[in-house]
Amino acid sequence: MGLPKLPLADWVEWLQDWMGDNLWPLFSFISFVIGGIVKGLNNALIWLPPIAVIILFTAIAWYIGKWRMGVFTIVGLLLIDNLGLWNQTMQTLALVLTAAFISILIGIPLGILCARSGKLQKIVTPVLDFMQTMPAFVYLLPAITFFNLGVVPGVISSIIFAIPPTIRLTNLGIRQVPAELVEAADAFGSTPGQKLVKLQLPIALPTIMAGVNQTIMLSLSMVVIASMVGAQGVGATVYRAVTQVKTGVGFEAGIAIVILAIILDRLTQQVIKKSKSHG
Amino acid sequence: MAMIEAKGLTKLFGQDAKRGMPLLKQGWTKEKLLAEAKLTIGVNQADFTIEEGQIFVIMGLSGSGKSTLVRLLNRLIEPTGGTLLFQGQDVTKMSPEKLRQFRRKNIGMVFQKFALFPHRTVIQNVEYGLEVQGIAKKERREMAMRSLELVGLKGWENSYPDQLSGGMQQRVGLARGLASDPDILLMDEAFSALDPLIRKDMQDELLELQSKMKKTIVFITHDLDEALRIGDVIALMKDGSIVQIGTPEDILMQPANRYVERFVEDVDLSKVLTASHAMDKAETVTTDRGPRVALQFMRDRGVSSLYVVDKSMHLLGLVSAEDASRAVKENLKLVDVLQTDIPTTHPDTLLNELFELMGNSRLPVAVIGDNRRLKGVVIKGAVLAALAGGSNGDNGDNSPQNGGAAHGTA
Repeated sequence: MGLPKLPLADWVEWLQDWMGDNLWPLFSFISFVIGGIVKGLNNALIWLPPIAVIILFTAIAWYIGKWRMGVFTIVGLLLIDNLGLWNQTMQTLALVLTAAFISILIGIPLGILCARSGKLQKIVTPVLDFMQTMPAFVYLLPAITFFNLGVVPGVISSIIFAIPPTIRLTNLGIRQVPAELVEAADAFGSTPGQKLVKLQLPIALPTIMAGVNQTIMLSLSMVVIASMVGAQGVGATVYRAVTQVKTGVGFEAGIAIVILAIILDRLTQQVIKKSKSHG
Repeated sequence: MAMIEAKGLTKLFGQDAKRGMPLLKQGWTKEKLLAEAKLTIGVNQADFTIEEGQIFVIMGLSGSGKSTLVRLLNRLIEPTGGTLLFQGQDVTKMSPEKLRQFRRKNIGMVFQKFALFPHRTVIQNVEYGLEVQGIAKKERREMAMRSLELVGLKGWENSYPDQLSGGMQQRVGLARGLASDPDILLMDEAFSALDPLIRKDMQDELLELQSKMKKTIVFITHDLDEALRIGDVIALMKDGSIVQIGTPEDILMQPANRYVERFVEDVDLSKVLTASHAMDKAETVTTDRGPRVALQFMRDRGVSSLYVVDKSMHLLGLVSAEDASRAVKENLKLVDVLQTDIPTTHPDTLLNELFELMGNSRLPVAVIGDNRRLKGVVIKGAVLAALAGGSNGDNGDNSPQNGGAAHGTA
């Protein structure tokens, strides 16, 4: 094999430099928006006394789920507060919710477009595969270059890792709407928009929500990695505990993440269940 | 003006299908087109006219193109060639917006598998077509309720489709198709997914609705009995082509070719032919004649009884030879010896519904039209002859099974 090695690494670095030089207004705008959302959410969650937040979450859990859900929420959150991890957990929650929110904001429309165009689906699918399988550390580096250290590159890398399920399942959910229903909507003279709002989205909702659930779970799984680029929160506590070989502290912080994950997961699961029954 | 007029309406499936049009016109067969041009025929140059108020049945086996054809009518499937006029406007040339308006206002559709929206209540399903037109909520609710009442589902408006039986679900489908009061209703195998008994009920109900509303209905079916029961005109399809168009009688009595013949050979004619098909001319006498005249008539015509009618042919009763001679002896009038308890039926009654009536009586069955006007008489021999595929008895006295021998059974 006398072929010379492709200078792929050089190309990627050239591209990174070029983007850094030419797209910085875009990046600083994104940084401003994402940073603002996370900070706002975080401030709101921390400004309220923990007990108020706990009651609020318990009420939501009770309302959406069953009483057991409410009990788990109150016990879990009280435990987090008791362990002294409240502020970190709220920072993590702010990061996760921001990443999930932006993923949904971008992912659902993109999924809808994919469902409408086979060509776009063919382009998007390998890109999503790439995003999910490329190790997160690899795109953490350019994220730091473009967005500096802090919470923003953490959110960005969470989005990259977590957005694919929302796009995929929105696309799938809409494509799975039975053809005869779509035909009926057409036969009665629906515009494409009416068809989407009155038929396809409501029928696809449980599938779309399953994607949203996956997106939230995946962005939670990114919190430790995000902490490596400077995102504060319970992920950072885990990261520090690991580097200092403090098993107990690491375990406490890990429990906080698990509790957060279970609450978020069960809540979205309940929403899926409700959207599966009528209206 | 015809409601719908199709000329050379064609659908070819495959890449760049338009190139197949000249080939079809040269008479390429389905096999040749598939092998040499890689095109599949959906509908092959269909010509037909549907008049206002007609139930136009498109019948064929699966794969014959009937479902494709009905979807060409509202362009759920784009035609490859030909023209399709709706009240004189070419549907194939409508812009997307024009087509939407056409679908919203002029043409409703009912689907084989109901295709109800599972996330919407019954009433929300029925009002769907009105909702997309942008009709205000209160008004469209009222219209939808009227449509729902029409199909007998008042009181179910807040149920969801999956809480309803199949028959009820299809009533919702029917109500949805009728809600915007369209000129044309397309029914794609609308009753095929239902149980036989419910199917028959739905057919009856459709006919009853039709007698009130006088819609133009295009009904797709693979079931010949259904086609014969409800169709005013039947188009029989095979391999995408219309093989024969005609009334149910035409199709049965004069099949255009061997294919149609085979299609109809197993038909139970007693479910298709009516009393009017097997009817003979009735021997009558008017009330102003005396019993002697009646006896003379019987002798002349070689029958043993006569129907007694007034001057406008309204049936009053039957007089037998014995009764007539008793009247002569006792100096009575014809009306005094009249038998009034005689079997009668309507001209549109199916022969199979007559069997019981005929089995229970020695007398022939009088066929009475509107206003009790006597139209004719059905005797057992004529029914058998009709079922055997013979001509009906309208040709009167020349028919061998007519006249004397017949009335002699009375």
